Amino acid sequence: MSIDTSAPPSSARTEPDVQVSKQWTARLRRSAEGAFPPDRLLPDRQPAYMASWVYVFGVLTLTSLAWVIITGCVLAIMGPSWWHVSSIGKFVNSLHLWSVETFFFFMVIHLWGKFFMAAWRGNRRLTWATGVISFLVSIAAAFTGYLSQQNFDSQWISTQAKDGINATGAGAFWNVLNFGQMLMWHIVLLPIGVVLIAGLHILMVRRRGIVPPFPETKSASKPEMNAEAVPRPAAPADADGPE
Amino acid sequence: MSPRRPRRFNPDRDVEDWKGAYRRYDIVKEGFIALLAVAVLVVLLAVVFSSPDDPAITLKTWSVADPVDFAQTAVTELDGTSGTATYGPPYNNTPDAAQHIGFFEPAQWFGVHQPIDTAHDFVLGPLSTLVTQPVTQAAVQEYEGATPDQQSAWTTAYEKAVANATEVRGRLRVPPGRYGPVGVILSSLTSMSQAGGLDGTLLSGGLFYNTNYTKPLLFLADGTYLADKAGAQHLQGNQWGMMNETGNYPGQAWLWLYTMWYQVYPMNQSSNADLEVWVIMMVLSLALVLLPFIPILRSIPRWTRVYKLIWRQHYRELAAT
Amino acid sequence: MVPGFGDPLSYNGDMVLGALLGALINLGGTGRYIHWGFIQISVANLVVILLMIAVFIAAILLPFPRRKRGDQ
Repeated sequence: MSIDTSAPPSSARTEPDVQVSKQWTARLRRSAEGAFPPDRLLPDRQPAYMASWVYVFGVLTLTSLAWVIITGCVLAIMGPSWWHVSSIGKFVNSLHLWSVETFFFFMVIHLWGKFFMAAWRGNRRLTWATGVISFLVSIAAAFTGYLSQQNFDSQWISTQAKDGINATGAGAFWNVLNFGQMLMWHIVLLPIGVVLIAGLHILMVRRRGIVPPFPETKSASKPEMNAEAVPRPAAPADADGPE
Repeated sequence: MSPRRPRRFNPDRDVEDWKGAYRRYDIVKEGFIALLAVAVLVVLLAVVFSSPDDPAITLKTWSVADPVDFAQTAVTELDGTSGTATYGPPYNNTPDAAQHIGFFEPAQWFGVHQPIDTAHDFVLGPLSTLVTQPVTQAAVQEYEGATPDQQSAWTTAYEKAVANATEVRGRLRVPPGRYGPVGVILSSLTSMSQAGGLDGTLLSGGLFYNTNYTKPLLFLADGTYLADKAGAQHLQGNQWGMMNETGNYPGQAWLWLYTMWYQVYPMNQSSNADLEVWVIMMVLSLALVLLPFIPILRSIPRWTRVYKLIWRQHYRELAAT
Repeated sequence: MVPGFGDPLSYNGDMVLGALLGALINLGGTGRYIHWGFIQISVANLVVILLMIAVFIAAILLPFPRRKRGDQ
């Protein structure tokens, strides 16, 4: 007779298992399931007030970022000098440059749209903040990209930017004239930063949902609200999807 | 849970729960369509416009194109009066060189971590590698053995003379004067650079592998050749250059606010402009991140009523019901 | 090797590819700039900024398809 030594599946527990519920794994799983149930992570419906083309710029920004990364990976396969000596390399470099241009183009329009919708309302301040921070980190990533070109642009941009960065003291350890260092920031550290912060931004969008319109009634006549009426992190009382 | 004091509804901070209708929505399909649409757009732009690639200049191309400017720059590296030599941290400890706003002087606090001794690193050190040139070695040794006052007298005389130097068939011709070994030093350095030897020596710094271009870039930036080329392309600071790209390519339009501060008083006349502009931009960036907490600014969307256009279908449906 | 293409990863062999993949509109050469008071801006950047504003306004004003049957 063989002895089944595998752990029983969680669903097979017949009495409360305090040991398992205190596990970090179980806690993380419960917390993730609570914050992001599958139909919130990948919804198949959206509130009817989302009836404007201004809502497409978020996904256009994200897909531009995808192409920035894909074309960057192709450039990485052949190394930083390839595009100077190969027509295909030059074309891939052009794809990389223009996907960066579309990335910023769509991101700034997305920012304008979210500003005029006051999209931070209803406990969405972290969504707003992560969006702005990913904008700022993207600027740093683009800057190090210009430094990595190994051409006249890189020479001029690095020798000019050094003054700004040196003035802050950061030039002591972040040397824009050091091609090797800047290339590694550009292809490793800053992409990780952009993806992590943009990822957090998207998770916040899914968590809190898309901000509803301003109320039509005058705000001054609104009665005092119960604190529970204002969306709180634990209560999924936001606008995205029926409960 | 402890009872919370009910707070007043603030339309710039709070929302009403949405209890209205929903519409079908395929998020994965939307993402896929966007991916394809951006791909088509990017390929079109790349095929139509390509990308810029102005080749890098080298110390060799500089010293061949303008040996007078090269020599004028090199003598200031030797006597410690060049931009790099007097820069301060992180390159050296020049007093009062670090930018500051009042007592706030972060460059000084962080100190020298990319040490550069321009006389040795840019001039005497590279020349010392030319072991098969006894005249050059003798000049270097004579200079290094002289007193600081004697060195200064030589370099000052040379600086006056090289201002009237000419270029004859690519070679530097400096009017005669009493500048001791400095004439040989500078003409050897110019020849070394014109032959291409200085680029490699400055970059390698004695190592086989090196990806740190600090020394050749600082030397290049001390001269006017690089700056003149940049000025011709509208890339200089006072030309809003930070936003621009070579040729007619779009540049970095998103840097408009950062470069704008350099064009306005008092930053456009300040020797601490870089630090001042950084502080302004850090404050404004923080304000943008924290906009949801800032009264008046966070009310602008409601006051400007652009939202009425964005959500007009919603408001029409509300009015109809 | 394909005639006219050579080694696509080398400089000498991809003249045909170069003709196909090079710029149709040459944005090199002398940049055109507009001076307006203390503002100096390249024509290229101005076009990009104006395009962004136009796209933003169009996105707000363009009618969006109404709800289909089957939506709640």
